[in-house]
This record gives sequence, C-alpha cells and structure tokens, in this order.
Amino acid sequence: MQRVQSSKILRFTLGFFWCLLHLPVSIVHLGSYLIKQLLYYMISSGLLQKYQNLQLDKLRYLAIVVESEEAKNTTKIKQLLSWLSSIGVKYVTLYDMEGVLKKSVETDLKSSENPSVADGNAVASVHQERMTVELLSFSDGKGAVAKAASFLCLQYLEGDSVGYNKMEPVFTETDVTNALKAVGHGGPDPDLLLVYGPARCHLGFPAWRIRYTEIVHMGSLRSMKYGAVVKAIYDFSKKHQNYENMPQFVYEHF
Amino acid sequence: MKKHHESSASNFLEGVWCFLRKCLFSVLSFGPIPKHIAFIMDGNRRYAKSRNVKQGTGHRAGFTALTSVLQYCYEMGVKYVTVYAFSIDNFKRQPDEVHSLMDLMKEKIDELLMKESIVNKYGVKINFWGNLSLLSEPVRLAAEKAMASTARNTGPVFSVCVAYTSTNEIVHAIEESFVEKRDRIQERYCNSYADESIWADSMDGAISVTDLEQHFYTADCPDPDIVMRTSGETRLSNFLLWQTTYSHLQNPVPLWPEFSFRHLVWAVLEYQRVYPYLEHRRSLSKKKH
Repeated sequence: MQRVQSSKILRFTLGFFWCLLHLPVSIVHLGSYLIKQLLYYMISSGLLQKYQNLQLDKLRYLAIVVESEEAKNTTKIKQLLSWLSSIGVKYVTLYDMEGVLKKSVETDLKSSENPSVADGNAVASVHQERMTVELLSFSDGKGAVAKAASFLCLQYLEGDSVGYNKMEPVFTETDVTNALKAVGHGGPDPDLLLVYGPARCHLGFPAWRIRYTEIVHMGSLRSMKYGAVVKAIYDFSKKHQNYENMPQFVYEHF
Repeated sequence: MKKHHESSASNFLEGVWCFLRKCLFSVLSFGPIPKHIAFIMDGNRRYAKSRNVKQGTGHRAGFTALTSVLQYCYEMGVKYVTVYAFSIDNFKRQPDEVHSLMDLMKEKIDELLMKESIVNKYGVKINFWGNLSLLSEPVRLAAEKAMASTARNTGPVFSVCVAYTSTNEIVHAIEESFVEKRDRIQERYCNSYADESIWADSMDGAISVTDLEQHFYTADCPDPDIVMRTSGETRLSNFLLWQTTYSHLQNPVPLWPEFSFRHLVWAVLEYQRVYPYLEHRRSLSKKKH
C-alpha cells in the first residue's frame, strides 16, 4: 500500500516538473505567435514596403500540404487559392493524405465558369484563370513509385529479348522520373511547400518530388493569414536570390 | 599533485553533470521519448568561416558535437540515431575538400571502433547507408569493417548515411526488388527460359510498396520520429524522403557544431507537443491500410 502511494507521489512529482519543463516552450511559442500576428497584420495592411512587390521568378511551382480534417473546409481552400492567384503564383499543387481535396476542390472547380479539367489517372489538373492547380493524395506518393517500378521492370523484360539471365538491371534516376511520367504521376518538383496543420510534417507528399523543396510550416488552415503567405513567399525569394545561376545541389552545404 | 587535484575535480564535476542529466531525462520521460532521431548535420563550413578557421576544423568540431549528441540520445533512451554525413551531391564539391572529408571519415570510423569509445560503452550497432561503391577504397573498407564488427551488438543503433540520397535509395530498392522477383519466377519456371509471355505476365504489376520497402537500407529501422536539420535550413536535401511521412521536421537555428544538450532537450520538448497529433494520424492510417 505504501509502495503504491509513494510511486503515485513520485509520478505526480515527475509530472509536475515535466509541466514546468514545458512552460518555457509554451511561452516562447506564445510570444512568437503574437509577434507573427502583428507582422502579418502589418503586411496585409501594406505598412511594410518590402513585402509589396514579390519577386516570383524563382518560385515556379508551389505546393500546399493540408491536414485532411482541415481540408474539408472548402471555403478556406478556395480563399487560399484566390490569394495565391492574386499574388501571381502560376502552378499550385494541393495535397492532403486522404484525398479530401481531390473530391471537394475538383467538383467545385469543374462547376465554375472556365473549367478545363485534364483528367489523367490519379492527378486532376484544373486550369483556373492563369493558375494551374494539381490535386494529389497519399496514393500519388509511394503507390506511384511502385507503379513506376513495375513499369520499368516490365519495360526491361520486354526489351531484353536476349537472355533473362543477364546481370542485374541498372536503372537511373532519370529512368524512374520518366517511368513516373509514363504511369501518369509525373509532376514538377515544387520549389516551396507550405504545410497547414498542427505540425511541420509533409504527411507523405510524393517523395520523389521534394528533394530540394523548402518546407515551411504555416500553422492551422483555420487561422491562415494572407500576410503569412506573403511572408513565406518573400523569404523564399530572398533566400534564392543568392543562388541565382547555380543548380540547386551545388549550394548544398554541411 | 596539482594535476591530480584538477583531474579529480573535473571527474567530480563530470559526475555531477551526468547525475543532473539523468534527473532531467527522467522528468522528460514522463512524456513520449522519440525512438528514432535523424540529424542533417548542416553548418560545419559556416561555423569554420565564422571563426576564421580552416574548413577541416569545422568538420572536426562537427564530429565532437556528434559524439556528445549520441551520448545524450542514448542516455535519454533514443534507440535509433541516424545522421546525414555525406550526400552523393557532395561529391561535386572541390576535390580537395572531398578528399579531406573522406580522410576525416576514415579517421573517425577507426576512432569509433576503439575500446574506450561510445560504441563499446553502449554496445552500439553501426550501419552505413548509401551507395558505398562510390566511396574511396580505404573509407569503404573501414565502413564495412565497422558494420561487420558491430553487427551482433544489441544496443542502440547508429546509422550513418554516406554517399546517400533518398532517390538513389529508391532506385536501388527498385533494382533489388526486381532481381528478387525475377529469381523467384526463375525458380518457378526454370524450364521455360524462352517463354517471354510468362515473364511478362508474372511481372505485371508485380512490385508493390511493401516489396520496395523491404529493400530500403532502412528496412530494419522504424521511421524517424524527428528529422532535425541544423542551421535553420528548411530543405530535406534528398534525405529519407520516403521514410518521413509522419516525422516531425525541425530546423533549429544553431549550426551543427553549436548544437548542444539544451538544443536536444528543446527538440524533444517540441516533439512531445506534437506527438498526440502525429500519433493520431499514424493510427488512423494504420486502420485504413
């Protein structure tokens, strides 16, 4: 009886100190949140000059990962797309694990005035005014690579009419990229990925495409701010200004 | 006499510091402790530049930081630690730099296998993941020797990604999956070499996600809970892209040689904040598949 009590006391003490340990983290998060909200407000109201003219030449492809529960909020998604369109982004890839976006956004955009739905296998591309929107879900990630792998191997077997007992096949990354295109899962590599959700986590966005993508956590979709989107794009353009004519892998440094 | 006093004083302080760490870790363990942490050790060259020293010094400082971080992780109960030591893209750097990095790696691998090192203290199993044939002979041999001599260790696992990129790993897995399937089909149809159609039919849609995952370097390892890139960079740079579906991506500002105990504790605290959400997501997807 005494042992149970003392272990309960120990657990309570540990729990108390654990909450104490988390206190500074929570304070820092709160402080940073307040500062960001102020900054976003200032950006939205045009008070900060440098955010007014965004240089989008380095940002060819933008991707958004949304937590599937939040993705059901179609109004927010449409608002986000209209913000991006007004900023001048030309190509947006929307991703959510469960495919909620594929169902809701596609039907929505189809019924709008200038639809142009190019339906290719698992990926739907809808041209909305001057912006192309690509919709992806989890199956476009690992599953697509498996399909590409099967395609490659089939191609190898069919092309290899002389001797199946030859040495191991040697595939290159270009082969895999081409195979992904052939099975309908070839899309561009996003330059910037914005994550809307509780955590900075890409939730299975097609691995093949995010090799050198800058990943930024935006917070929850519910509390999304125009200023935050502008800031993310601005920061991206500033960073990449320094690496103008270099291929990306050259400036990787450890 | 004075030296003896000094060393016993420092031993005492070391003991006190170790005790305090253990207390802190027990408190931390009240919440979830990550099983697998992956580090992209970015910032060695910038560190060297900022202190006006040679690049090699920066990398050495990085290695010192690595051994401390490993020690803290194992004390905390993290079973798997993975580091991104050298990318295939890094071979494109200046040959002198690549050469000196290779020399440093060999030196450090040998150091890790010595008696007093952390490897023997905790019974660490070492893995080297990547296209090892791209490495120079002495480094490759040292790596293979390290893997062989620690293969039977049952303690924590330390995986070093060298000559590695995620896309290269995927291509390698595709090749291996194909060979395995082909060998299995060959056994079954060992009398019908000439019949192409049997091959085509058997292989059609043959490679699944599970097949691929079995041939990844990381097949025996759980997915990382945290992927941490120091120096505040936001890219994954072709590191564990397949395995990081539910990994908490962190990018603390300090450069890798500056990464210390308090940064690690902070990182685990951040992870504990998002753990309920990530765990919920993971279990939801398990139910579906």
